Amino acid sequence: MPSLRGYRQMGVTARLGIGLSILLVLVLAVGLVSLSLGPVDIPASHVAWIALSALGFDVPEFGRTEQLVIDQIRLPRIVVGAAVGMALGVAGATMQGLFRNPMADPGIIGVSAGGALGAVVAIASGLTGLFFLALPVFAFVGAMSAAMLVYGIAVVGGHFSMATLLLAGVAVNAFLGAIVSAIIIVLPDNAALREILFWLAGGLDSRSWEHVRIAGPLILGSAAVLLLLARDLNLLMLGDDEARSMGVRVGATRVVMLLAASLATGAAVAVSGTIAFVGLVVPHILRLMLGPDNRVLIPMSALGGAVFVILADTVARTVIQPAEFRVGILTAFVGAPFFILLLIKNKRQVYSL
Amino acid sequence: MTHHINHTPAVDACGVSFRVEAATLLDRVDVRADRGQFVGLIGPNGAGKSTLLRAISNVLSYQDGAVSLHGADLKSLPARKVAEILALVPQIAPYTQGFTTFELVLMGRYPHLGRFQAEGRADDQIARDAMRLTETEAFSNRTIETLSGGERQRVFLARAVAQQPQVLLLDEPTSNLDVLHQLKILTLVRRLVDEGLTAIAAIHDLNLAARFCDQLVLLAGGRVVTDGPPREVLTPETIEAAFGVKSAIYREPVTGALAVSLIGPADQSPAEVEVFGGTTPALTVDVRAGRSSEATSAVC
Repeated sequence: MPSLRGYRQMGVTARLGIGLSILLVLVLAVGLVSLSLGPVDIPASHVAWIALSALGFDVPEFGRTEQLVIDQIRLPRIVVGAAVGMALGVAGATMQGLFRNPMADPGIIGVSAGGALGAVVAIASGLTGLFFLALPVFAFVGAMSAAMLVYGIAVVGGHFSMATLLLAGVAVNAFLGAIVSAIIIVLPDNAALREILFWLAGGLDSRSWEHVRIAGPLILGSAAVLLLLARDLNLLMLGDDEARSMGVRVGATRVVMLLAASLATGAAVAVSGTIAFVGLVVPHILRLMLGPDNRVLIPMSALGGAVFVILADTVARTVIQPAEFRVGILTAFVGAPFFILLLIKNKRQVYSL
Repeated sequence: MTHHINHTPAVDACGVSFRVEAATLLDRVDVRADRGQFVGLIGPNGAGKSTLLRAISNVLSYQDGAVSLHGADLKSLPARKVAEILALVPQIAPYTQGFTTFELVLMGRYPHLGRFQAEGRADDQIARDAMRLTETEAFSNRTIETLSGGERQRVFLARAVAQQPQVLLLDEPTSNLDVLHQLKILTLVRRLVDEGLTAIAAIHDLNLAARFCDQLVLLAGGRVVTDGPPREVLTPETIEAAFGVKSAIYREPVTGALAVSLIGPADQSPAEVEVFGGTTPALTVDVRAGRSSEATSAVC
């Protein structure tokens, strides 16, 4: 991985400007390619025309079906994917910094496991059949309840520390995972069972603008908060005393960052299930290239996560047409070997944080 | 603008106590540093030097007493305001791998930046100046984990200098440094103090403390044993009381500074202590009577 020495020496604004421009172009490129691929083949030129017409330009005629496929099927799916990738990237970078632990991922304080339990309850109880949004709502409530539970456990002893929080997270994850397994085993309904397994593997199939409306604002809002606190996170990574002596309100900053990262993750889990590995690997790859400054790392992880998820989902839905893979399987199946290769080939060691 | 000399001390800690579980780490400690003074905290391990510095820098919350910073109660000041006035260089500076020296020094500008503000050219320049003063500019672009302990210690001093504080707290600033840099760093702090900075430093080396500080505070077991100018604080009696070591105090003939020669543990019989040169080095011993406790018990 190139260390980009010259890049590291630029000011933060220049680094952000260059990095975000490159990733923004990548997001758009990957998005356009993804729009044109699928069971209905839409040439890239038509995608471009449709995009231009949406912006108010006068363009040649194109198929009504093509426009419908793009407007109602592929575009919302891509936007949900981008939002989910953004949330996971931002939350992953934040959690790694807050816990000063390279293994920290967005679900570290129970969010993913709680979301899974919420979703499993919604599916097993049959509520998903009655009420279209039961799945995302239950998953979101489950995710946030689990995060609150973990935080509550860490606070209640009076000796709050990030180590307690981490261990409480591990325990609650294990506990909720056991409940999910128990429900799966005793569930008599095979269709529901299949739905649960699908959800647990993470997916973006048949996502609509409704899902964008549920998760989008939460994810964007949380990401904005985390971005504003990125400099404080830099100081927190040096240690509590250091941060405090430089004027950071350590406790409050940490709670707000934990809450924002959990909200973003909870919203992502609610609309996509558990998509593995994105939140862990994207910040690590970017940190290797760009350094650990969170003011650069957090926004870049947002776009990097978006690119990764859109790409993985595009492969997932096209590689075995007409059937579909699950995006969560793809992110881990492709992402893990890539990351391992990086670990082996990288001359410098991965930052231990 | 009317110019008047401000007599409010820069730092005035009064009756500060700090307890953890059953242990009393600070027991009604009074320490005062006037503006433009270099105050050295000396004392054996566990005397409370670091704890006192952490209390004064608002990092730990002491249970009793009060610390005032330029006349304002420390606990009533917002953390950011405190950081604008005061910088702390910790003894063992924690760090995160991957940050370069320059990035770390630039973090010293944090208290001076608004929420939506990035560092500008002026901040870059302040950071570069701080690195020049501490001779860390040579590894400006190296990541922190590639530096030696002493180099790292100078980087964290550079960050504190970049913070442009009026009060600088240093916890064993020379503990990892070679002799050349011990002298350079303390000379730098001395120079900043002569230009108006107030510095309070925990210093292990009694000779360095005697040579560079205006005032010394001798701590032992969380209490102030005595305080005052070096020649009053450093006596064989006080050193034996605080450290349990027999010593001789003399004027170092080359630098002219007060020097402490540590002869041996006080509980050892004199026969076991080998004194080279036949006579004790205490030929020019400057033994003064232990100070009365008036200053430390004065109302503050």
